Amino acid sequence: MTESKANGTRLPPLLLLHPDDNIVVARRDIAAGERVELDGEAFMIPAAVELGHKVARRAIAADARVLKYGAPIGSMRAPVARGEHVHMHNLRSDYIPSTTREGSDGH
Amino acid sequence: MSTPANRTAMRGYPRKDGRKGIRNVVAVAYLVECAHHVSRLIVQKSGFDDVHLIGFPGCYPNKYALEMMKRLCTHPNVGAVLLVSLGCESFNREELRRTVAASGRPVDLLVIQQAGGTTKTLQAGVAAVNRMRAQIVQQQPVPMALDELVVGTVCGGSDGTSGITANPAVGRCFDWLIENDAKCIFEETGELIGCERIMASRAITPELGREIEACVDKAANYYRIMGYGSFAPGNAEGGLTTLEEKSMGAYSKSGSSPISGLIKPGDVPPRGGLYLLDVVPDGEPRFGFPNISDNAEIVELIACGSHLILFTTGRGSVVGSAISPVIKVCANPDTYERMSEDMDVNAGRILHGAELDEVGREIYDLVQSVAGGAASKSEALGHQEFILTYKQFEPIGPACLPAA
Repeated sequence: MTESKANGTRLPPLLLLHPDDNIVVARRDIAAGERVELDGEAFMIPAAVELGHKVARRAIAADARVLKYGAPIGSMRAPVARGEHVHMHNLRSDYIPSTTREGSDGH
Repeated sequence: MSTPANRTAMRGYPRKDGRKGIRNVVAVAYLVECAHHVSRLIVQKSGFDDVHLIGFPGCYPNKYALEMMKRLCTHPNVGAVLLVSLGCESFNREELRRTVAASGRPVDLLVIQQAGGTTKTLQAGVAAVNRMRAQIVQQQPVPMALDELVVGTVCGGSDGTSGITANPAVGRCFDWLIENDAKCIFEETGELIGCERIMASRAITPELGREIEACVDKAANYYRIMGYGSFAPGNAEGGLTTLEEKSMGAYSKSGSSPISGLIKPGDVPPRGGLYLLDVVPDGEPRFGFPNISDNAEIVELIACGSHLILFTTGRGSVVGSAISPVIKVCANPDTYERMSEDMDVNAGRILHGAELDEVGREIYDLVQSVAGGAASKSEALGHQEFILTYKQFEPIGPACLPAA
């Protein structure tokens, strides 16, 4: 592990950007099974999360809005449990579908 | 760390229109793709870093392209211009030459078909560049103040760190520049989809706010017809999921100043303040994607008078630009470690505990150093990317510049 990553480990690995948000952002790569702090409680991350990716702060229902920076960034296409990865597989744009190299996210 | 120990004082080359340039470049401009190779050879053979290649590839006429080339060839960072035409293309080369000559700059025009082909044009071109360059290296720069500076910002290769580190740090820098009456421009309305109401609330008049909302609606409609939003696979790999999420991150580059105006490519901000550049064409979609890559946005920011560009990146872009220096602000600490050669600022250290203000201050100092003549990383590495394609625009309406 590089020095700057080691520096990062002293800080909480999940970052809450706005009090209204229902997701948090990984400040560094987090391994599956790692115990992290989420809203002041110890919590075990079920699957690996990469730097910059999002994790549910609490359970979010299908079709519910996801809030980041206190602003809506899309709607859930499927429900998600607390601590799970929120990304292309379960979150869709309310404006224009996102594209991957495999094609559009198809909503 | 790239914080300069002693910030170089800003200085500029005074131009006839009252603006000052932080560089004194000879631009070699091809006026159709058929003249591109000969123009590139002229730039290479001249052998100077301050001879830059720009141009427009199309053979069909386009009002936007002519206006853009006029703005670029009379940009304050440009000291002299060599135009290279094949001869049969429709580009109005005489109008462009007259515009450059009227600006007080040395200008020359070579027509390959008249000059007698590749080698003769190359020889004449190198001689013309050397002659004009010898003229302009005599010019002396004079002190320059922040209220004479135009700074544009763009993001490229955004990821889940961009909106947390580099973009808000650039936003702080913008706030301080604007406090000192600099003109700051942010852009890509297609990457601000989802932020239209928050942005409108920052406009200095309600009418301007309505214009801003309408221009983001135009962008959303345009991108829907294109079938893709401005969202690349690398954005998703870096943790961004939706266009509006990317937008919220990009939006933070604008800082917290009031929005003074909505401009279009080639419009120079009339006074200090924050301006939104509408880059999405007017009318029915006709020539394809609004901006096919990051450099198309950079060229439009430069056409609006930007002396330098603050480029934020998470995944890691390497580009620079012809005419105006590009300062690279890296959002992602892991990317910075891999690509520090290309990055001027490590904003990713904010994730490791550094203060946003400290990084913003580093960018603010670096802007002034680069404006004082220090080379940015991409500039030192010889990056001079340039792209200009077809578009169409209507002039801005009266509500777009309330303070003008």
